[in-house]
Order: sequence, then structure tokens, then C-alpha cells
Amino acid sequence: MSVLKAWKNARLIDPATGSDERGALLTSGDRIVGAVTNGEIPVGAETTDCRGKILMPGLVDMRSHQVDRAGALAGGVTTLILQPNQTNIIDTDAPVERIRTRSDKAGGVVVHPMGAATKGMQGKEIAELGQMLESGAVAFTDCERPVSNAQVMRRLMTYAKNFDALIVQFAQDLDLAGNGYAHEGEVSDRLGLAGIPVAAEVIQIERDARLAELTGARLHIPLVSSRDGVLAIKAAKDRGIKITCGTAPHYLHLNENALEGYRTFAKVSPPLRSEEDRVALIEGVADGTIDIICSDHKGCSEDTKRLPMAQAEAGIASLETMLSLVLSLVHSKKIDMMAAMQAMTSTPASILGLDCGSLAKGARADLIILDPGTPWAIHESVLQGKYKNTPFETIPVQGRVYETIVGGKSLYKIS
Amino acid sequence: MTPIREGYNRADVAPPSGQQWPHRHLLGTWGLDPTEIKYLLDTAEMYAEQNRSDDKGRTKQSGKLAGLTQINLFFENSTRTLMSFEIAGRRLGMDTISMTTETSSIRKGETLLDTALTLNAMKPDVLVIRHGDSGAVELLSQKVDCAVINAGDGRHEHPTQAFLDALTIRRRKGKLHGLTIAISGDVVHSRVARSNIWLLTAMGARVRLVAPPTLLPRHAEDMGVEVFHNMEEGLSGVDVVMMLRLQQERMQGAFLPSLREYFHFWGLTQEKLAVAKNDVLVMHPGPMNRGVEIASDVADDMDRSAIQEQVEMGVAVRMACLDILTKDLQGLASDSGAVS
Repeated sequence: MSVLKAWKNARLIDPATGSDERGALLTSGDRIVGAVTNGEIPVGAETTDCRGKILMPGLVDMRSHQVDRAGALAGGVTTLILQPNQTNIIDTDAPVERIRTRSDKAGGVVVHPMGAATKGMQGKEIAELGQMLESGAVAFTDCERPVSNAQVMRRLMTYAKNFDALIVQFAQDLDLAGNGYAHEGEVSDRLGLAGIPVAAEVIQIERDARLAELTGARLHIPLVSSRDGVLAIKAAKDRGIKITCGTAPHYLHLNENALEGYRTFAKVSPPLRSEEDRVALIEGVADGTIDIICSDHKGCSEDTKRLPMAQAEAGIASLETMLSLVLSLVHSKKIDMMAAMQAMTSTPASILGLDCGSLAKGARADLIILDPGTPWAIHESVLQGKYKNTPFETIPVQGRVYETIVGGKSLYKIS
Repeated sequence: MTPIREGYNRADVAPPSGQQWPHRHLLGTWGLDPTEIKYLLDTAEMYAEQNRSDDKGRTKQSGKLAGLTQINLFFENSTRTLMSFEIAGRRLGMDTISMTTETSSIRKGETLLDTALTLNAMKPDVLVIRHGDSGAVELLSQKVDCAVINAGDGRHEHPTQAFLDALTIRRRKGKLHGLTIAISGDVVHSRVARSNIWLLTAMGARVRLVAPPTLLPRHAEDMGVEVFHNMEEGLSGVDVVMMLRLQQERMQGAFLPSLREYFHFWGLTQEKLAVAKNDVLVMHPGPMNRGVEIASDVADDMDRSAIQEQVEMGVAVRMACLDILTKDLQGLASDSGAVS
């Protein structure tokens, strides 16, 4: 019998139910046993004083390119969904199982891999979705090589429907994007960068929404970067199509101007777009058109970043900055606190069918203790993760994770 | 006495205030002040006159920059720009060394920054860099201690070309302000077009872009220019026509149906030129594709074509750039007695 633990004197936020009240949370082993909001904490429980801070489910990060355990814990990410484009592409059950086993053994952030949608992510033959699903894959995607052949996509979705598997399709028409890597606009024209028009995103969303309608499969668009992309999602949702989508903090904070001076640290895929797009994305999160916020974490070494824009790797190390950056939108009253938290915990958990992201009895005891008001400045020296490539260097933010608890065990703590 | 050069990090030293050229490098024409542009053009004008004199200014300028080292680092093939920079440097007495991709260790897998740091360790005074990627020259300029001149980076900028174009126009027309200048051809892939647009608009010229829509940036109007897709409208009443080379090597995908059709609609011929001003000046940065973007009889029209003069002004402008960017080093160079 596991020891009963009580996390007392906390502000309990449960995004799954929308409740926000003071009390204590009881856990036993790796599970939540229940909450005590007005009553006695059972005698004999091992208590931890949360000192009035927020106790809520750890973040469920639906899109990360790497597993960075230290960075995840420091950023309050307790569940991490790994992209399948690893050194060896995850397109069969064996690597899925290996990643799940390694995650269990290592402790720390719980890693669930996505599998490739097609064999070798070639966009030609359907990968072994069923067996990967049995081994623990939570969704299927060809990453930044979206399935471009509509016939293959249709069959893929029809097959996925049979298992109620989630298909994740990166929204970028590869032909239209060509060799582009920046938003097609004033900045890319002036700096001489190859641009990608917004239409490349919208076309892919609209086509795949139609195929989702045709097949009845569940479709998720991992990163929406534009206003028109948000409108396309909204139109599809209004038609009753089973479509969800996400975005990442950098799209909510930065626009194309971040590339000024050839700052490759702001190079991401899809590219940062115009100010109008950025504002529309925030509204999309606020009104729920955008369901989730993911980190889109991708650690890059200096060697792959300090290159001319065309050659530099795209990506931001964002596991540690996600929560604070989203909270700054809450502080500036752009997004409601509960909506922001749902987008990072309960909603991704329910899309993926995971037993986390909630304070319900029986859910995994993956928790964070958070003070949304603590000020700090994003800086290389305070980041814990392996890679520090961030365009937010020296930016002041508010809100820090004080403790990260995975499976009922406190694994990260700052005093 | 040997001047002390150790530990001198040019990037750490702010340019002296009150200088007419308050920049360490020449990376582009974007953001340059009209007085700065005029200063460079005036200096180049002086060199142009000297270059035309019988002794090409040898007596006046003998060894002005002697003892200074200029490295031309060309990651992209070039003949005329490279030669122009070499001649400019040598005429001022600089030790000029050129390195092209064929001879450099980039081929051996060395990264761009490592190449830059290696060269930097050899303590050049001026680095002239051309690279196929936009922004590559700016990136290198942040890592070296010496002055950097951008000799063309990707689609971004080619500032010395814009200066030599401006100098050619100013010599022929007597001014830049108020002129209407049409730039025609492959604008979207052209660093020459960008540099020219920023420089000419800063000097008060009206710039028109005349090209098929596939060869224009989609947001071309944001560049402060007028956009035309038709040669007859675009060339109507212009003072200068600047043709750009159709960069066939950059044409991935279908930009145009054929070169024949391109010449039919956008190739510069005497007939299309008839709507321009009588004294219209025809320019081309070279190398020309005769019969593709420009008809031979236009290119060779002695009265209108300034194409040869552009090449001539290229040397003068590059001499001016080398001179201006090494002002703070010239004292040191002469102290050393220019023993070489």
C-alpha cells in the first residue's frame, strides 16, 4: 500500500472541470485519490505545504521534437508527446515500445510517441497504425512532410477511423511552400528571404478538413500560424468536422519582424507571420477555435543556428518558456486563465485519450506547483534544459513553476 | 616604429562621431542617410576623374592604402565584381588577395563561420564577401574585426552595384532627385534591384518596377515603388531604364513560359523604348543576355546605353568604399612607412 500524501494549503485548479478553489489534494502512489476542500486531511498522510500557490495538473505538451527531461521538468511539462521523426523514424511498433519502456524506466516526464502516418514518412503506404496504437502510440503524423497525395490521405484516414486513431497533419502545402522558410511579406521581401504564403497553410487545412468530413476520421492540425488558418479551422468546426488544432507560444508572441537582422533563433516552421496573424491567433486561443497550446520544442545547437537564414535549422527550445509566455497573455488579459490552462493540460489529454491533465480521482498524479506572479527573466543562465536556443532571451516574464511532481513524486523543486 | 595592432577589435570601437560615414561596414543601402550616400558618391566621383586621367591617379593616390590587406572572399562565382574589387584595391596600393569557392576549404566541409574566423586571424583590414545566401555577409561581419563590404548576398543586397548605378546616372543626368527610373526584369531574385530601390528612393528618385508578376515580390508596393506589368506603361516618360539579368540559374519552377515569350513582352527594344524620354539612359548590371532581356541594338546604342560606363564607375565606387571604410586605419598605414 502506497503512502498517502497530502498537498495542502493550495489553490487547486482543475482545468478538466474548470474548478478553482482552496484546499488540499491527496495522492497515493502515482494516482490522485481526491481533494479535500473543507474538511480534515486524513491522519497519517505525509503533508506538503503548497503555501497558497497553485496546484494543478502538469502540462501535457502535444508537440515536442525531442525529449529534454531537465527542461521539461523545469517548465512544468509532465507529459510529452514526441514527434516520430527521430534518428530512426518511428513507423513500427518496436520503437514505440522502446520509447514507452525507456520513459517508464527513466522516470521524470512521461513520454508518449506519435507514430509515422506512412511508412518511412514517404507519403505512399500506410504505416502499421494498429500495432503502433497497441504499443502505445497516441497519434500519427508525417511531421513536416504532410501527406500530399489526397488518395493516400483519404485511405489513411479511412483506416485510422477504424481504430479511432488521431491523424495529425502539419498544415503546409509543400509544393506551394517550395524552398521557402519565412513568411511571404514585407520583411522577407526586404531581407531577400524565400517566402511561404499564408495560402500554403490554408489550402492544406481546407483539403484535409474535407477528407476528415469524407472519412469521419479525427484530424488535428498541430500548428496554426495565420489568421486565415484560424478561419479555415473555424469553418470546418462549424460544419461539424472532427478537427482540432494547436499553436505554440512563439506564434502568440512574435511576428515576422523577429527575423530582422537575420536572427535565425526566430526561424521556425511554419514561419512567424504578420502582426495581424499573431493577434488573430491569440483571439483563436481565447475563443476556443484553437484547442491546444504546445511547446513545439526543438533544441538546436549553436552550430546549426549560427548560419545564414536559408541554412539554419528551424526551431526554438521552448519547454521551459511555454508556461510563462502563455501566462503573460493571461496577465495582459488577452486569454482567460482557465482557458489557457485547459489548452495546455486537459484538452490535449482528452484529444489523446490520456489519463492525465486533470485533478479527478484516479488520474495520474502529475502535478505542478505554480506561482503565476513570480517575475523572472528568460536567460540562458537560468534555463535548465540541454539546449538554450530561444528568441526570448532577456525577456521579462511572470509565473514560475516551483515544483514538478510526476507519478506522485516530487522531481523538481526550487526554493 | 611599428604600430601596435594587437588587441585592436574594430567591432568594439564606435565610429568617431561627426564622421561623414558613421558605419563600420557596407552591408547594404537600406537605411543609409542621403548625406552618407552623397559623401560616398562624391568620393567615387573624384576617383572616377582620377581613373580617367593619363596616369590613372598613380601620382596622386600612390600607395594611399599601402600596407592594408584586402581579402576578397567569393562563395559565389563572379568575374566582373571580383576583378573590379581587385583593381580598386590595387590602384590604392592595397595588398589584395582573392579567394573563391574553388580554392577555399568550404569545399572541405569547413563552416562559414570557421572560414571567417580563420581569415580574421590573418588580420585583414577589409573583407569583401559575396555569398549565395541572404544575410550571410551580415552574419560574417559580426564575427570579424575588420571592415566588411557586401559584394552581394543571395537575394538581399549588392550595395556597390547600386552606388555605381547611381554614380553613372548622376554623371549623365546631373542629379538623382526627381528622376523617374524604371527597373525591369527578374526583380524577385535580384539583390541589385533591392539595393537600387533603397538607394534611389532615399535620394528622391521615383522608382518603377516593370516585370511579369511572377518575377516581382508579391508585396512589391510596400517597397515604396510603383509597379507595372506592361512595358509600354512602365517605360512611359522615364529618364532611366535599368534592365536586370534574367537569372536562369535561379529559376526553379515555372516563372515564365519561354524566353521567346519573355523577350516579346518584356525584352527591351528600340520600339518599346520609344515611349521613354528622348534622352533616356539604358543600363544593365551585366552580364547581359542579348536577345532575352535586351536587344543588341539597344545595348550597343552609343547615345543611350551607359553599360560600359557602369563598369568603369564600378572601379571608382569600390575605390571609394575601400577608402572610406579604412579612414581610421590610414594613419596607421602611413606611420608604418609603407615599406612594401
